[in-house]
Amino acid sequence: MFLALRELRFARWRFTLMGSVVALIAVLVVLLSGLSSGLVNDGVSGLQRLPVTAFAFDDGTKLDAAFSRSVVDREQLDQWRRQPGVRDATLFGNLLVNARSSRDVPIDLAMFGVEPGSFLSPPVAEGAALGRPDGIVVSRTALDAGLRVGDTVVIDRIGARFTVIGATADQRTYGHVDVAYVPLAAWQRLHQGAGPGEALRGSASAEATAVAIQADGDLDLAAGDAAAGTTSFDRIEAYGASPGYTAETSTLQLIQAFLYAISALVVGAFFTVWTINRRAELAVLRAMGAARSYLLRDGLVQALVVLGASIGAGIVVGVGLGGLIRGSAVPFAIEAPAVLTAGVLLVVLGLAGAAVAIVRIAAVDPLTALGAQR
Amino acid sequence: MNDRTGLTLSGVTVRLGDGDTMVTALDEVDLTVAPGELVAVVGPSGAGKSTLLAVSGALTVPDQGTATVDGHDLAGMTVRQRAAYRRDHIGFVFQSGNLIPALTALEQLRLVAELSPHRAGGRNPAELLADVGMTHRAGRRPHQLSGGERQRVGIARALMGRPKLLLVDEPTAALDRARSHEVVQLLARETKEAGVATVMVTHDHDVLEHCDRVTEMIDGRLSAG
Repeated sequence: MFLALRELRFARWRFTLMGSVVALIAVLVVLLSGLSSGLVNDGVSGLQRLPVTAFAFDDGTKLDAAFSRSVVDREQLDQWRRQPGVRDATLFGNLLVNARSSRDVPIDLAMFGVEPGSFLSPPVAEGAALGRPDGIVVSRTALDAGLRVGDTVVIDRIGARFTVIGATADQRTYGHVDVAYVPLAAWQRLHQGAGPGEALRGSASAEATAVAIQADGDLDLAAGDAAAGTTSFDRIEAYGASPGYTAETSTLQLIQAFLYAISALVVGAFFTVWTINRRAELAVLRAMGAARSYLLRDGLVQALVVLGASIGAGIVVGVGLGGLIRGSAVPFAIEAPAVLTAGVLLVVLGLAGAAVAIVRIAAVDPLTALGAQR
Repeated sequence: MNDRTGLTLSGVTVRLGDGDTMVTALDEVDLTVAPGELVAVVGPSGAGKSTLLAVSGALTVPDQGTATVDGHDLAGMTVRQRAAYRRDHIGFVFQSGNLIPALTALEQLRLVAELSPHRAGGRNPAELLADVGMTHRAGRRPHQLSGGERQRVGIARALMGRPKLLLVDEPTAALDRARSHEVVQLLARETKEAGVATVMVTHDHDVLEHCDRVTEMIDGRLSAG
């Protein structure tokens, strides 16, 4: 520590320069992490909040179109209910619609058709629970968009009218669209495109998008699929069915992975040059009898101090900037675990990069301290 | 003379390189330096003077012969033990001081204490700095010191751990005549006061008058100069 800290002070501009690069990378990583969390929330928070183990779609359904293409019926539901390990199962409908409120607010809604009273029925923080045939419960975020409990919502083209009877406590969105929970019977009419007064096709009243399955412990999805004639995905897999979700998250993950690699390389390159610069001094220290372990520890402490300070500063700035972004239309959410993980990862990878350079300290020959070869 | 003290080299042979390029850097060298004695080693470049310092300073192990400091056989030690022995019992003064750029004159001395896990027995850095007449420059870093001042700090640093053996490598290489005399006089004085065995390698025949004994090294062989 004695030498490490004094060298930091002595070469403060060089360290500040390198530290600034790392700090900027940390800012970027925090912002991307916030954007990732925001996009995940926007894309699949509606699915995340459903107490579901897996979704069973119609047989042969491709994941990327599962929630828009699949149709299952009550027979498949009954098959699933009989599967061992299944605690409960219910029909789940999913339909994206354009709507307009009585205050003339245009709003897109992801209509989640659920049986009132089933395990999918959402808890409400405001208003009444799902139950009224034409009553919908909306995501908290729909209130931010201008909806109010008590408003009437008219679905475009179909003309169906619903009353907002309640709202959830948290954000529930799907594919960047606010979720509205609607009784399954009403959802089936919407799904068929039946307007007010129109008759429902015979089979439509037995249909939904998927069977939502709640399981205790072990659940054999393949066996259930075979029995019910379905293709099932667990809840996490099903996120991939949200429009654009996979592309968005994988793009951001790729950028973040590159930033981690760049950061480790920048730190490694800096400490390589720095260690080579110190060779003469290190030879003198070795000749004076400094233990290798002392010098290695000193070098690592130096790297840790620089990384800790610059990444810490970067995170503070990133979170600050994030606060500004959050007020805008950009989906953004600072989540402490994600930010801390990113910070720790940056420190660990930076330290690994520095260590590759710092181990060269051990190879410095004290003999080179003698003679005139400098 | 008690052979448990000072430096004793007997029959020391060191070969460098291998095969066709092998050279005998030291050839059956015998040298004894008593505590309080300043011995100069002169000779042309490539004669083996640096290798002599390396063997005496536990940096190189001789191929033949023995090197003992204060009665301890350096050849019998592991790399780690030799590093610890250097730290605790041998002082080095390098060309042009070779101080650590980031540290002030006083911190150069404090570093010696820092390197030692058991920090007892060393000298007081401020007192030692006063001894070599550098108190007024205690807060300066090497780039703010003159060549002579750097050597004074270098000498003080080498004496911090109360060494048994002081090895000095061309201390006047970068100095003018007047400074050279001052630095070697300081070395002679500290050698007596600290009772340390000192070996100084030098090109500079001007300063030999301050030494107790002068030996000459030619082609790896040592003779009375």
